[in-house]
Amino acid sequence: MNVVFLGATKGMGRALSRLMAERGDRLFLMGRDVEELRAAVRDLDARSPGEENSNEECVAVCDLLDGSSFGPAFDKAVDLLRDIDTVVVTAGVFGTQDAIESDSDLRDRILQGNFVGTIQFCEEARRRLLERGGGRLCVFSSVAGEKGRKPVVIYGATKAGLTKYLDGLDARYHGEGLRVILVKPGFVKTGMTEGLDPPPFAGEVGPVAASVLRAIDKEKAEVYVPGIWRLVMTAIRMLPKQVMRKIKF
Amino acid sequence: MLERLSGWGRHPVVEAQQSFSEDLASITEDASLTRGLARSYGDSSLPLPGARAANSTRADRILSFCDDTGVLRVEAGFTLEEMVRVFLPRRWVTPVTPGTQFVTVGGMVASDVHGKNHHVEGCFGQHVLSLRLRVADGRILEIGPENEPHLFCATIGGMGLTGHILEVVMQMKRVSSPWIYGESERVESLEELVGKLRSASAEWPYTMSWVDSMQRGKSLGRGIVMKGRWADAHEAPSDPPAEKKRLEFPVDFPGWVLAPWSMRAFNLAYFYKHVPRQKRGILHPLTFFYPLDIVGQWNRVYGKRGFVQYQCVLPVDGDSELCRRFFETLSRAKVGSFLTVVKDCGAEGRGMLSFPRPGISVALDLPMRGEDTQAAVDALNEVVLSSGGRIYLAKDSLTRPDHFTEMEGDRLTEWNRVRRLWDPSGRIKSAQSVRLLGDES
Repeated sequence: MNVVFLGATKGMGRALSRLMAERGDRLFLMGRDVEELRAAVRDLDARSPGEENSNEECVAVCDLLDGSSFGPAFDKAVDLLRDIDTVVVTAGVFGTQDAIESDSDLRDRILQGNFVGTIQFCEEARRRLLERGGGRLCVFSSVAGEKGRKPVVIYGATKAGLTKYLDGLDARYHGEGLRVILVKPGFVKTGMTEGLDPPPFAGEVGPVAASVLRAIDKEKAEVYVPGIWRLVMTAIRMLPKQVMRKIKF
Repeated sequence: MLERLSGWGRHPVVEAQQSFSEDLASITEDASLTRGLARSYGDSSLPLPGARAANSTRADRILSFCDDTGVLRVEAGFTLEEMVRVFLPRRWVTPVTPGTQFVTVGGMVASDVHGKNHHVEGCFGQHVLSLRLRVADGRILEIGPENEPHLFCATIGGMGLTGHILEVVMQMKRVSSPWIYGESERVESLEELVGKLRSASAEWPYTMSWVDSMQRGKSLGRGIVMKGRWADAHEAPSDPPAEKKRLEFPVDFPGWVLAPWSMRAFNLAYFYKHVPRQKRGILHPLTFFYPLDIVGQWNRVYGKRGFVQYQCVLPVDGDSELCRRFFETLSRAKVGSFLTVVKDCGAEGRGMLSFPRPGISVALDLPMRGEDTQAAVDALNEVVLSSGGRIYLAKDSLTRPDHFTEMEGDRLTEWNRVRRLWDPSGRIKSAQSVRLLGDES
């Protein structure tokens, strides 16, 4: 695969990009910090089976909060990889409702990054993929988008919006060759959830990355990781508002 | 957020904080200690109650690797498991490995681990070219044999107490194939075991032995001596070794499972399973180096009370009388060792406080049974102390400070001097350093 990856420097993105590099996929990394991107590329290079060790050019600065960075980043990716068949987005902005209460700037970044920014980025990716006759677009949304809940009011709303957008994308462009892989992580132990009390069924990045890669290979339209969260969310979706007001979850 | 933290022995347990981040430099800024996978058995990786440790495991990038020279630079949280998985198929290995691959490279430096080839390659620290270390005043230094050599040698085997290890540069070793050629042999007595181990080490790069320590008298010390080397390309299978499936230990065993009868039965079975008396052939490297890694969480066999590992080196040269005295002391104790490993050690390395020295090293697994286990460790330490031996901090949780101070003597004074030079106010400390080294709690 020739992959454009937004968010490979940390957490689930780091684990997933490693699995790809180790089996010989070619990657182009996008993210906010060019030094971090270069360090990530060196790590991936050391793990990849290929002999060529000079992919440090395969990075571009790209920020979900800055829509103008998307086009040039994709131009550079096409320039270096030639043909892009897969785009992965693991980046996002997280904040609990408690954190947002005292930080309105964080609230705006979550709204802007997860909804407006991610959708604009996906639009750029969709256009590029459709131009070549299709391809895979794998985007990390969240189970937080399935039901309005106390700890993640704003964050959940942005992920709900993103999920619906991806559903629509799948409906509209599947026939033209676009394969949307919508990933819904439950609680996974990463920097994003650092400091939160892990609930039962909390996942580890390694196994989660392996399931996502399987889903990409099989072009599964939707995947919950860890898988048990499909069941958990089915139960939670059935809870009435009266109950949602009472529980902390 | 307070968490219950413990080492691999699950004793002691401390309620403390730990923070995780890909950016190890940021979380070590005001941490009292850095820990990795917490595979040291006792209290080496534990901060004080309520204090905060930085956890290095998310800082796990390969920073550079040169396929011509074998020089590898990694972040401290990079694990040996990853190193084996990524580099063994390319025939590059760590020159020194401990008995589990679930350790971080930072931890390997801090404990200055040794392995089955100590008599040839020394400790892991011998193969470390340089370190990136955050010292107590917050500065980040690049240290090595030429740059701050005292701090470098105090950090190798310094149990993470001289600073936070952020990055490690090491020399990898090229092997002829990714497979092991091994031989093993049953021996009937302690004398035979020590003799065979020594003669094996004259010829083989990897040697160790397992001892049935439940035996008494004439058959005390009977066991199995194991030898190995990297297989030559022509005798090895053409495929690389496949990854192994791991079983997880599902529950804590109740305390009565590890009774003397069951431990005796296990040891008997292990001894007699080894038929014929001699075996040889090609082995999977993971089976040879990490036999216990196949069962994840095997420490649960000891139940909730946990266990202590005890490892010492006895300055034995030639005769095995001292070893016999050690094992007789063990057999008088009220707790027995489930799994006992004996290995001859080579010369001392560069680590100022590193464990190995020439002699015979004995590692025991003792179930944690309060005062009985403490009494056993005290009695064994008396033997070690009187013989001029020493104990391994990475395994320890019960040694008394006066015993330790006396065993280490001038070495400890000198190491402490270097440590205090870089950390005069004692900001970096562990539960172990408070227990053994007199750090303020």
